Amino acid sequence: MIERSILYYYEVITSYGLGEVGQGVADAPMGTLQTDIREIANREYKYGFVTDLPADAVPRGLSEDVVRLISAKKNEPEWMLNWRLKAYRYWVQLKKSEAEPTWARVHYPPIDYQDIIYYSAPKPKKALKSLDEVDPEVLAMFNKLGISLAEQERLSGVAMDAIVDSVSVATTFKKKLADVGVIFCSFSEAVQNHPDLVQKYLGSVVPYTDNFFATLNSAVFTDGSFCFIPKGVRCPMELSTYFRINAADTGQFERTLIVAEEGAYVSYLEGCTAPVRDKNQLHAAVVEIVALEGAQVKYSTVQNWYPGDAEGRGGIYNFVTKRGKCAGARSKISWTQVETGSAITWKYPSVVLQGDDSVGEFYSVALTANRQQADTGTKMIHIGKNTKSTILSKGISAGFGQNTYRGRVRVGKSATGAQNHTQCDSLLLGSTCGAHTIPYIEVKNPTARVEHEASTSKIREDQLFYCRQRGIREEDAVSMIVNGFCREVFKQLPMEFAVEAQKLLSVSLEGCVG
Amino acid sequence: MGAMDTRGQTFVQRLSCVPESNGGLTAFRRAALEWVSEHGFPTTRDEAWKYTQVSPILDIPFTPAQQGMDLGLSPGWIDQHAGRLGGVRLVFINGFFAKGLSSFEDIPQGAKITNLASVEGSFSQSLKDQPNAFTALNTALARDGAFIQIPKNVVLETPIHLVFVSGTESEPTMSHPRSLVVAEAGSTATVVETHLGAATGTGRYLSNAVMDVALGEGAVVTHIYVQNEAETAFHLSHLGIRPGAGSRVTTHSVALGGRIARQEVKVMFNAPGAQAVLNGLYMPMNKQHIDNPTAIEHIAPQCESRTLYKGVIGGQGVGIFDGRVVVHPGAIGTDSSQANKNLLLSDTAQANTRPRLEILADDVKCAHGATVGQLDDQAIFYLRSRGVPVQVARDILTLAFADEMLNLIPMTALRSHVRERAMLRMRAEAQEVIG
Repeated sequence: MIERSILYYYEVITSYGLGEVGQGVADAPMGTLQTDIREIANREYKYGFVTDLPADAVPRGLSEDVVRLISAKKNEPEWMLNWRLKAYRYWVQLKKSEAEPTWARVHYPPIDYQDIIYYSAPKPKKALKSLDEVDPEVLAMFNKLGISLAEQERLSGVAMDAIVDSVSVATTFKKKLADVGVIFCSFSEAVQNHPDLVQKYLGSVVPYTDNFFATLNSAVFTDGSFCFIPKGVRCPMELSTYFRINAADTGQFERTLIVAEEGAYVSYLEGCTAPVRDKNQLHAAVVEIVALEGAQVKYSTVQNWYPGDAEGRGGIYNFVTKRGKCAGARSKISWTQVETGSAITWKYPSVVLQGDDSVGEFYSVALTANRQQADTGTKMIHIGKNTKSTILSKGISAGFGQNTYRGRVRVGKSATGAQNHTQCDSLLLGSTCGAHTIPYIEVKNPTARVEHEASTSKIREDQLFYCRQRGIREEDAVSMIVNGFCREVFKQLPMEFAVEAQKLLSVSLEGCVG
Repeated sequence: MGAMDTRGQTFVQRLSCVPESNGGLTAFRRAALEWVSEHGFPTTRDEAWKYTQVSPILDIPFTPAQQGMDLGLSPGWIDQHAGRLGGVRLVFINGFFAKGLSSFEDIPQGAKITNLASVEGSFSQSLKDQPNAFTALNTALARDGAFIQIPKNVVLETPIHLVFVSGTESEPTMSHPRSLVVAEAGSTATVVETHLGAATGTGRYLSNAVMDVALGEGAVVTHIYVQNEAETAFHLSHLGIRPGAGSRVTTHSVALGGRIARQEVKVMFNAPGAQAVLNGLYMPMNKQHIDNPTAIEHIAPQCESRTLYKGVIGGQGVGIFDGRVVVHPGAIGTDSSQANKNLLLSDTAQANTRPRLEILADDVKCAHGATVGQLDDQAIFYLRSRGVPVQVARDILTLAFADEMLNLIPMTALRSHVRERAMLRMRAEAQEVIG
């Protein structure tokens, strides 16, 4: 799929839910360039197949024992277990004081946290040497996901290790990365091999006390990726993680930690899919980024979790905490997200602008169709002098979708000369959806310049008329106009992702217009 | 709002006795008080009160203000501090009608302009729902306020001036003025509402005012609100507007006084084709905290709303704009814009702004914007290079910023009076900067 990249693949697989039939189609690989969206015949969610693999899971529910069990299964050192336990105990308190956030503009029945399986990994635990040894079902799954054969070969090293025991090695790329000193591995591996780095940075941006879902994640996170770019190194390729939830009734709790030392640069991609299930599944991930002096981190996400069906049954609850800290002067963190999936998205990728002259960026396209709900945006916390932030958010609502931009720009007393520009545009397709813009602007320094602009409208009749007059079908015209509306954000994405994002948008919109 | 904590309970108990009034009204008041006990007071966890803590108010042992205080007031003092606009003027002291200080010149034929207590059954025409604990307290405990009824097609040439003076000589007191304005179809009226601290006894008091304005079809109402309470006082007000079909309402809010002040404007578009223009200027200086929530609910189609609020914030002041526009399903053809601009004058000033848009219909045009900034250094340099002292240059630019709002106020006499008050506030800030 992505020639220049190294791909990690994480998955939770169990044998639960046997007998379910996947609805995916294998003939439209995700990464191929298809200009005609008509060819994507299937309007259903494409990545909704289920792969049956025997798995090793802990009992349903959450308790201190489950946390200990997860830690033991991962053979973690004591400090890691203690951190998890601290988080678990704090979470129990939060649960008691009903601290589960309710301020977001999303509605869902209460989550039964005792009805979730918190750890699940596939059974076979032997290292594999070649593609032939790979479980054919896993290979078939890669095919459905549209990951190329060449990539698969690389991946199956990666993926198999990742699936089998969550320790991943992509030998070819790993060497190339190791040559320049970049560490890119699964979180579990990092805990074993780089405990000093993990201990130093884990929780330094998102502490375990941060919020209800981040605390839950801190207690039970199963894996994730760890990325360390040493001083002065420009990462020679784009790094990529691919998340997938396969099992029924499991929650996915991964944790990503990216550290860019002085002057380092990395571009990081993240993609997600999940099978079709009629029950809701919880995904509570945490992403932490630390950028030291002069470092730059670019984080791109195309989120395509299963959104539920047209009546709003099933789908992923995507409750994610993502935050970066520009710890050093002149550092820069840039978030780009395309959110088309999930039944509910609750996500605010943020930047703490601590270093002087540091820069934070947030580019987002969020689409809600059918019964999807999204409450997403960002936080830009200006602390250092002459810090700058840019927010560009495009929201698209169709069907009965509810789309909320919620963003906070805070300029602290010390942030002399801080600047922010925010632009939020919403597009409404149909009369039953909603678009909401809720900015919070808090300024405590008189030299700051903060601007916020927003507009909401539907597609203009004259634009549609112009296209139709030239023989473009209404649905295609809408798709074209929507893509134009999002162009400024897509521009920020690496090329392969931009193509995928455009296509996803078209597919998600099918059946919603006209 | 959750169940009431002990602090809230004590607060309500001190105010306890619901005024005895005839029949249904007493039950209505009791229900409002029960609503408060049930829902408690808002906290910063309530989105609408995110930036305003009410605990400093709840910590003060307020008791209901008593009738008959004169607080050293005279008609001349009121002319000087509230402005002399000509026409009808109703004066209320701590929520009680002061007939001696009021004047009833030129009441047009058929119009009813009097105090609410003298009009039977009028309370029940007011709000039935309780937006928050303080408006509910007002419903429960209000003693008096203004009642204005403009008959069909009557055009009032002169403004109606309502002056609410509050003060206390010893214990902290609380008053709850409640007013009702009914502009029938095709009528035109201007209502000026001034809130003032008294000449003497400007101690700690809380003025908790509610005004409801109902516009008939095609009515035109201009409402001007000048809040210049004592800096030791607390002020909460709620202006609820229900525009009829094709009616037009313009509000000007100028908030200058109060230790903690919150003036809420709420517009419910239940009938099509109406227009509302909401203008506001707030100037928190020293340690003032001034919160300006606006809520506009577009329920009927083809309505238009325009909001422009400006903040000039100095000292350790905190200025808040919390605008909320909701476009309900079916409110097609809605045209709404919302803007908030803030000027920070000192290192310790703070601006919080939150222009919220919630849109549930598609054929609409909605936009909002917000800015926070400081005086333009180049403009100050320009003036200084022409021999203008720095403080004067700052004053000129600040006033120019505020003037955009002040110039919108109709009536020269009122405009110059308000501008003078605004400049006094600025000077309070200037002295602090120089000192």
